[in-house]
This record gives sequence, C-alpha cells and structure tokens, in this order.
Amino acid sequence: MNNIKYLLLRRVTQIIILGLYFGANAYGWKMLAGTFGSSLLMGFIPLADPYTTLQVLATGFVLGADVLLGALIITIFYMVVGGRAFCSWVCPINMVTDLANWLRRKLNLDKEEVNYRFLKRKTRYWIMVLGLLVSAVVGISAFEVLSPITIMQRGIIFGFGMGGAIVIAIFLFDLFGVKNGWCGHLCPLGAAYSIIGKTSLIRVDHDHEACTACMKCKVVCPENHVLHMINKESIMVTDGECTNCGRCIDVCGDDALEFSIRNYLKK
Amino acid sequence: MANSDNNRRKFMATTLQSVGLTALGGLLWSGYTHEVKASPLVLRPPGAIKEDDFLKACIKCGLCAEACQNRETNIDRDTGLAKIGTLKMAKGGDHNLIGTPFFIPTEVPCFMCEDIPCVPVCPSGALDQASVSNDKGELDINQSRMGLAVVHKESCIAYWGIQCDACYRACPLLGEAITIETQKNERTGKHAFMLPIVHDNVCTGCGLCEQACVTEKPAIFVLPLDISKGVAGDHYVKGWDEKDQERVKDAKAIETTTKRSDQSSTDYLNSGDLY
Repeated sequence: MNNIKYLLLRRVTQIIILGLYFGANAYGWKMLAGTFGSSLLMGFIPLADPYTTLQVLATGFVLGADVLLGALIITIFYMVVGGRAFCSWVCPINMVTDLANWLRRKLNLDKEEVNYRFLKRKTRYWIMVLGLLVSAVVGISAFEVLSPITIMQRGIIFGFGMGGAIVIAIFLFDLFGVKNGWCGHLCPLGAAYSIIGKTSLIRVDHDHEACTACMKCKVVCPENHVLHMINKESIMVTDGECTNCGRCIDVCGDDALEFSIRNYLKK
Repeated sequence: MANSDNNRRKFMATTLQSVGLTALGGLLWSGYTHEVKASPLVLRPPGAIKEDDFLKACIKCGLCAEACQNRETNIDRDTGLAKIGTLKMAKGGDHNLIGTPFFIPTEVPCFMCEDIPCVPVCPSGALDQASVSNDKGELDINQSRMGLAVVHKESCIAYWGIQCDACYRACPLLGEAITIETQKNERTGKHAFMLPIVHDNVCTGCGLCEQACVTEKPAIFVLPLDISKGVAGDHYVKGWDEKDQERVKDAKAIETTTKRSDQSSTDYLNSGDLY
C-alpha cells in the first residue's frame, strides 16, 4: 500500500475550501465567500488572485482598494508557502487533471509519449503575458472568460450550465492529449504562481545519501523536471514550477524526500 | 563555425516560430474574447457602472449574487428557507459574459432592498455605491438605474380598453415611476382607457412590473438604458425651457446670402407669384 498522506491532506484541503465557498452562497456562511478572483475571508479579510487582478488592471480599470489589498495578501502568502501550492492544494482543476494523469498511467497511455513540438512547458508564460495583452486590447479580463478554474469553481457554487464542457475538455486533453497538458504547459495562473513562488520558504528537500534511484518520484511528479537533483545532489527543490504537492514524498520508499524550510541565512 | 551558424539559424527559426504562434494565439484569443462580450440586452445589479466599464471591472467573484441570495428579506415565509436570489452568475450557455452577475425580471425581479446588500460587498468598483446613495451619503435604492421599463402598447390590454393596472400596482414607486393616464374610449363612447405611462426619471428598472404583467409575454418589460432610451441630439433646443436655452445663449447666427435668399422670406411669400 502506497503512502498517500499528502495526497489525502490535499484532497481534504481542496474539498474543505470548496465547501466553504459553496456554503457562503447556499447557507450564508461567512468563513470564505466569493470565488478565487476575489474573496472575503472571515467576512472582512479581502483576498484576490494576483493574475486576475493584473488582467483587470491591464484593461485600464482602476480597481477598488479591496482587490488590490487582497492580491497583495495572496501574493505574500504564496511567496512564503510555495507559489504553486495554490495549484495542488486549492485549485479544483487539480482534481480533474490528477484523475486524468492517474488514468493515463493505468491505461498505459504514457508509454508512447507523443512529442508535441509546439507545446513546451514554457508556453504557459507566453500565455500569461498574452493574456494581459489581450485584456488590454479587448477591454475584458481575457483569461477569465475561459478559465476552467473559476468556471469549475463557480459551477460548484452557482451551478455549471454549459460550463462543465470546458472541465471535461481539460480532462480529455490531459488524458488523451498531452501529459500534464493543462497544468504543466498551458495554465497562465500556474505560470503566475510559479513566478510568485520562486523565493518561497517551504520546499521539498532531497537526501541523496538515502536515495536508491527507484525514480518513483519522477514518475508521479507532474513537473518532473524540477526533480533534476534526484540521486545526484542533496539539495532542495527550488524551482518555482514545483507545486509542493508532496506526491514525491508519498511515493518515496527511502525517506529521501521531505518538506523542509528554506534557509536564506545559511549559505 | 558551421555548428554556430546552425545554432543561430535554429535559434532564429524557433524565435520566429514562437513570435508567430503567439501572434496567432493573440488574434484568436482577442477575437474570441471580443465576441463573448456580454449581449447588450443584459440587466446588471443596482449601481453597476456603464456596461463597457463594468465588463472591465467585474472580477467575477459572485459576492453580489451571494449577498442577494442571502439577504434577510429573502426567506420564504412558509418553509423558512431562502428563496432563489435575483442575481444570477452567468454560466456557459447563458449568452452573457461568463461569471458576471445579471438578472431576468420575468424569473426573479429586483426587489429593491433598502439596505442594497449587493452593492457595498463589491470589491472591484464594478458596482458603485455612490450612484445608489442620496445627497446625505445614505444608501437609496430609488437612485439606481438598472434599466427602463418600456410598454409595447399593441399587446398591452389597457390600450385595448380592458381595465388592467397590474404593472402600476406592482411598481415599488407606485404612482411615480408608472402613472395611469386616462383617455376617452371612442369605441364604446362611455368608457375610459387607463394607460400605464413610464417615467424615465423615476423608473429604476427593477422589473417588478414586467413580472406582474398579465399578458402571455409581458407587454411591459425592462431594457438596459442604452437600448430603451433615445437621444434627441444637441441641435434640438427647447425654446420654451429657460434652462435649455442656456445651452445656446452664446450662439451666434451665421447669415449667408445667396441669390435666392437676398430677399427676406416674408417678401418672398408676399410677392404673389407662388403659383
């Protein structure tokens, strides 16, 4: 039996957060209201997604102070806990793409990896910048009109409508199209959080002495290029694209991986 | 040497490709985004700023819709449960910009809560509290202009001569936003038409009239202000209105004389050879 401690913790966190958002609309709970674009924590602490905020600013609209403060709070939070912790611990699409990924492995679709020449992991940064440009030109937050993340979240809170189609599309794309296609190559929100999380303090630490080079971690990792140090060096995973999901820690049978705190003072 | 040339060529090619694909993506994305801009026939929450700016500003958080859903007055007296709120968040297939709040009066109109729960919660400024506040800075829902009710008189049974004042009675600003004008019914010779007339300086566009209308498809309905209002243009001046006259007090007449106008118009009319 595989260790699934962090996987379980993540699912519980994701479901609790979505549940709180759902309850805010359905039962008037005050814990966490709104959506990822902008929320209200405990009824008075504003939270806002930094990339969404940037898109609105790009349209030329001067946003209310609540959103700006909220974006600042979220930015600082993820600068500390690992930018893409949002992706693996909060984002509902993560459950969809994780399922697609798991099925991919079960159905042996990974064996014949097709080389998608145009789809590199850097593509998401292009999309991130492009999203801001399109927002400025058209005058609408460009990513928000098709973001499967908030479409899925609003679907859970307010009802899906036809919006469910894009969630299914992402699932099919990740299952039959590109491995980790959405989260690992296209999502501009993930790209933004990668940048925010570059300096973050909570990191996966690798112990090269304990590693037996089974490479289970690399198989399960959705961004496995960040694990370049496996069985080579005893250093931390410092790449901003690491989602801090902890799956590598779960699958490691040698205790060679563990969460740790980055120490900037120690050289 | 040959190798570095190769590298440079490869670098140039991939750069060109990246830029080209980005341009392609940008065009497709812009086109799509432009097309999904909300239909102009959408009714926004009270205090919503001008539609173009609203589309920029709305961060699609849904706090307004949640406040509307959970407002204190929204409890069903029989069951004690919350009724469906007025504001809906646009979903895929709603033909509105996805994630933005709107309402459909025939389903659930705006009940014009005095404390306007939906407006102060807006974090982005898409709903402007000042526009629904009176001179003293207190919230005043009567200031809101969500739209304007319009009567289609051919399907309004009051215009047929049948007595109906459902819209007039349903109006939260009874006797102000909709008034009843009486006219003699020449067909019968002894009855009166009681015609609903909407006044655009009072109507908030809440849609209670539209919901109350008894005809199969409402003969009175709310349209966004841009759609329901005409514009006479600057060049019409009300000669009987002192305030309107102010607009042209500095205007100078420009007189041009042509062959046909060298005589004054009175001379021309009195000259006798009109026929």
